[in-house]
Amino acid sequence: MIPRAELDARLGGAARAWLDEALAEAAHTAERPVTGYGTAPWELRFASAGRHLGADAVDEARVLLLRTARVDAPTATRIYQQGTAAERRAVLLALPDLGLDAAAGVPLVEDALRANDTRLVAAAVGPYAAAHLDPHAWRHAVLKCLFTGVSVDAVASLRERAHGDAELARMLGDYAKERTAAARPVPDDLHRVLALTGAEES
Amino acid sequence: MRIFDPHIHMTSRTTDDYEAMYAAGVRAVVEPAFWLGQPRTSPASFFDYFDALLGWEPFRAAQYGIAHHCTIALNPKEANDPRCTPVLDDLPRYLVKDGVVAVGEIGYDSMTPAEDHALAVQLQLAAEHGLPAMVHTPHRDKLTGLRRTIDVVRESALATDRVLLDHLNETTVREAKDSGAWLGFSVYPDTKMDEDRMVAILDEYGPEKVLVNSAADWGKSDPLKTRKVADAMLKAGFDEDAVDLVLWRNPVAFYGLSGRLDLDPTAPEALHEGNSILRGGE
Ligand SMILES: [Zn+2]
Repeated sequence: MIPRAELDARLGGAARAWLDEALAEAAHTAERPVTGYGTAPWELRFASAGRHLGADAVDEARVLLLRTARVDAPTATRIYQQGTAAERRAVLLALPDLGLDAAAGVPLVEDALRANDTRLVAAAVGPYAAAHLDPHAWRHAVLKCLFTGVSVDAVASLRERAHGDAELARMLGDYAKERTAAARPVPDDLHRVLALTGAEES
Repeated sequence: MRIFDPHIHMTSRTTDDYEAMYAAGVRAVVEPAFWLGQPRTSPASFFDYFDALLGWEPFRAAQYGIAHHCTIALNPKEANDPRCTPVLDDLPRYLVKDGVVAVGEIGYDSMTPAEDHALAVQLQLAAEHGLPAMVHTPHRDKLTGLRRTIDVVRESALATDRVLLDHLNETTVREAKDSGAWLGFSVYPDTKMDEDRMVAILDEYGPEKVLVNSAADWGKSDPLKTRKVADAMLKAGFDEDAVDLVLWRNPVAFYGLSGRLDLDPTAPEALHEGNSILRGGE
């Protein structure tokens, strides 16, 4: 999460003012949740942030809105499920800050990991996934990154979780063999992760 | 040459098409929500479709260097099916999204009371959301349909110069132009318009507020028709500026009315070897 000052530096005056208003609305909702029908005003800001703030700042601004509104599990789930790819990405990036338990947050991560949209896959393998995915799901997430060309730099706690993981090493070795048999290059990231497992390359 | 196809259903097209379109000069597309050939039976399948227009499809397009936006609506055909009409109630949550640059395709198919209702409701939604509207004119009884469309637009809260009347031809262009709306022409193999007729219309009515599209979809259609019209224009003596006006600046101006057009396709890092589309079967 980048500091607000750094985010402001990427924005023009009008965009900064727009974000200020949006955050004030989010803070207001955090104190007095909207009940019944109707959408909280900050959610409209969340949806329209791209056209007001531009691509450089939109991920961070949306994460900030989610944190400021202190969204609960049902709200985070609804915003993810009804979101565009860009909005879903923001929910995934915000997960470590929202205090959602695994029952609420892991299904969102799993949904994103089923996607082939690399923006979603990259956002799904952050610190929340590192903390909450079980070994099987986490190994498949790493492999998914290799398959879809998402840099494993995106995988949080890669060093810690890969260390001593013999099953991950086996999966990587099998994948390398499959690539070699097809006369295709083995991604550099595969060697990197394999080294982190501590296994010898065969 | 830079080309903007303002009406193409990429969901029904292949990555080969994206590649060929890029090679032909296409750098931006708008994909209107329409019917899928097969009737849908519940609002939920519309929502999955809309989500794809705001998720997977722009991602696919970006991988080929093409900016993708969409228009969202309940189409005229399915506006007649009571199983689908509840979609109207959920449109507002889609119409606020970045990436939605108009309400559309709306308009008439068979000119029924249900279509009257859906058209009026959706023109009002466009006005409320600061969006222009992309209006399909009917294939059968076309001139009557056009007149009725213009009447409904005039009675609506949406200004006529924020409306694109699409699928026009020789029989409807005059009245459409006189209405003050933007003029859309779909160039299609066998049906609708062809390149030479398009050039003749441009000759007679001028290139102002004219948009040309391929309307390519799951039917017999050609996603390169925009380029073919550009070539036919040049061959007929139009200069490059006129081509750029029709094939780029006009669609940018019309969809730019939304304030949401972002023509810089930010392709995700993975472009070739690890391309998640190339690994589609994964
Ligand atoms: Zn169409």
